This record gives sequence, structure tokens and C-alpha cells, in this order.
Amino acid sequence: MSQLHTVNKSPLERNALESAITHAVKGNALLMIEDGVYGAMQGTHKSAMVSEAMSDISFYVMGPDLKARGIDETRIIEGIKIVDYSGFVALVAEHDTTQSWL
Amino acid sequence: MKFSVMISEGPYTHQASDTAYNFTKAALEDGHECFRIFFYHDGVNNGTRLASPPQDDRDIVNRWSALAKEYKLDLVLCVAAAQRRGIADADEAKRNGKNADNIAPGFRISGLGQLIEAGIQSDRLITFGD
Repeated sequence: MSQLHTVNKSPLERNALESAITHAVKGNALLMIEDGVYGAMQGTHKSAMVSEAMSDISFYVMGPDLKARGIDETRIIEGIKIVDYSGFVALVAEHDTTQSWL
Repeated sequence: MKFSVMISEGPYTHQASDTAYNFTKAALEDGHECFRIFFYHDGVNNGTRLASPPQDDRDIVNRWSALAKEYKLDLVLCVAAAQRRGIADADEAKRNGKNADNIAPGFRISGLGQLIEAGIQSDRLITFGD
């Protein structure tokens, strides 16, 4: 069963991203939204955790939320795909269940 | 595909109500169906018509009402959460001995069974909160 995880808090503030990565299994997808988009940035002390998990989990980040925070797309960890709200809807539709890590 | 959405965060708190709105709008515009939007916990604060945000800010309550009107959405406020937070329709106000109601157009008050039903009847149920 495929599962989508959404994370809406910065990994520098809460451990939601870490929990989601720990619980996700091979083939799952993880979408960073709202303040969760800070987890997609290169060069933070959480970046390695995300890069290492990319062999098993597909990572996505909300483009509008990056833009609202002034984070340029060039500062995103390589391999994370940027989506808009329509892309978010498609991810929810593609996966059997969605787990929101609040 | 049939979606339902649960919102457990109030308006202007962080971003949950905004994300839920943008998600729902995108889903409807992409041709999906929305079975129900269920407002739970502080989420019921999205349903007061007495909200008066500054003119240059987004009007979260009216935005939901307008979307509900356009797509005939079912916006449901949890009754127990609404009572605690002073959100009432005419019936609830009368039942609780209050002299006014404040529910916004397009919203209705009902119970948790509506959330369970939304989970059963929809292909996907997604939660937005804090």
C-alpha cells in the first residue's frame, strides 16, 4: 500500500520530518508543505537526513510555500521535486492514504 | 476522485486553513469531487461570520463561503467544538440560551458522525492542522 506523508513544520523546530522519515517505508512519498519546506534546503544540519532517505522515499516540496519564504529553487536539495497545489492533489490521489504529521 | 478534508486549526493561526483552501480549490478545478469539509477543534473558528479581517488581508471565512456556494460544498462544524468556542447557528443558540448566532453562510453544525461518514464515503480524507 502506497502512502503519502505530509510535513508542515520546520525540522529545525519540531521532529515531525524525522518521525515521518523514520516511519515511512520503501516506496512512500513525503511532501513538505508550509514551514515544512525548510526541510528541503541544502546546507542545514537536517539536509543529510533527507538526502540519505532519498533512496527509499520520494521527496516533494510545495513551490508556493518556498516562494512565500523567499527560498530560491536553487537552494533545494537535489532530487526533491517541486509541486504546486494541483501537484499536491495529484500526489494525494496517487497514494492510497495520506498521513499528515502535525 | 472523491475527496474529504478535515481542518483542525483556526484561521490566521499558522497556515492550515490556507493550505486546505488552496488544496480543495485545486482539487475541484482539476475535476475532482469534494464530499465534505469537516472543521474540528479550533478549526470551527473558520465558520464565524463576525470575522472582520483588514481589507488588504485574505478573508478566510468568506473565501470558504464563496467556494461552498460555487461548488455546493458541505462545510460542517463539529457541534461540541463549536459550543466550546461560541460558534452557533440559530438552533444551537436557542438550545443553549444565547441571544445571537454567528455561523457564516454555507456552514452547518453537526456531529462527529459526519467526519466518520466522510471517511467512509470518500476515496481520500486529508487532514490539515497544527
